[in-house]
Amino acid sequence: MRLVLGSFFAFVLAAIVGLGTTWLTLARGTAFGGVTIGAWTAWPKTGTPDIDPYARAVVAQTGRLPIGSGDGVAFYATGDDQGRVFDGRCDVTLSGATPPARFWTLTLYDREGHLVANSVNRYGFTSQEIVRRSDGSFDVVVAPRARGGNWLPTAGVDRYVLVLRLYDTPVGVASRTGREATMPAIAQGSCP
Amino acid sequence: MIRLLLWTLAGVLLGGIVHLSSVLVLPRTATQDAYSRLEPITPVNAVTPLPVPAPDNTVLPFMDAAFAVAVCRYDLSGGPLKLITPVGQAYMSATFYTRYSIPYYAINDRAAGRRTVELELMTAEQRSQLPEDEEVTAADRLIVESPTLTGLVMLRALSPEPSFMPVARGLLAAARCQPNQPS
Repeated sequence: MRLVLGSFFAFVLAAIVGLGTTWLTLARGTAFGGVTIGAWTAWPKTGTPDIDPYARAVVAQTGRLPIGSGDGVAFYATGDDQGRVFDGRCDVTLSGATPPARFWTLTLYDREGHLVANSVNRYGFTSQEIVRRSDGSFDVVVAPRARGGNWLPTAGVDRYVLVLRLYDTPVGVASRTGREATMPAIAQGSCP
Repeated sequence: MIRLLLWTLAGVLLGGIVHLSSVLVLPRTATQDAYSRLEPITPVNAVTPLPVPAPDNTVLPFMDAAFAVAVCRYDLSGGPLKLITPVGQAYMSATFYTRYSIPYYAINDRAAGRRTVELELMTAEQRSQLPEDEEVTAADRLIVESPTLTGLVMLRALSPEPSFMPVARGLLAAARCQPNQPS
């Protein structure tokens, strides 16, 4: 009887621990081999057949198709350089330049990866349409209310993700550290 | 008390095995992965344009809003396929995914270096059955080996400004994905 009770206890515990940790790791989007530059993180290995099992599980569960490494690389940011999580009611400024790439795009999504509806139907910028300074650098203001220059509307959404995708770029699996690549700085400013 | 501790230890160890195996099994059992989402709206072995990404129609999450996208959901059980896509002014690429959304090959317009990208898609087995001389004579043939029998080819054409979206979509409308007829 004690054996039955004991093994029953062990099996139940195993199920809770095992499935619980799986759920937690997938919910947090754990993946290995991330390249972090400032507030931006990319997982170049996710675009290759060497993708790790955790990233594989996240990809299957969320239904996304990771960008292939021969195509480009995607950098994700969920907060600013100080680690403050993006809030759609605040003004966030991206400033600086991007690593070399033939094209890049910047897109704003909610946490589930959907585009955020807004009054001007603007969901992001491409490297061609952005307004730059004479040295090639640029500012993008991510804010709920209209601004001059490069304004990316948040529509007041609670939490969001910025994705900067570099297409046809030397940045990729080879760049282990972020030293050679410069990404735009992110600063979250005034909130109402 | 010792006995309870031992059972707890056994449970935690077993839990670790459950965790690892569930992570490994998950991609095979997922019902909402990209392939399953595209299955109802795309015919097999044909190029289907996907709707322009918008807040109210998200076929797949985290789609780049600046790109027109078309998909060829392939099944190689009937033989190799040929993929032909024209190349425009702006960036375009073809990315090949396995049935389980793992990108195994990607090529962009510049790497292709021509006015059209022509690729032959086949399994390793089908490739080994190619007549040898044929492979030698056609040195400029691009052959892509698919690790799985089924999968997805995503064709992406950049619209550098929103007004170019019809151009990008028109480019992909001319793309073909069809059984490779021996000529």
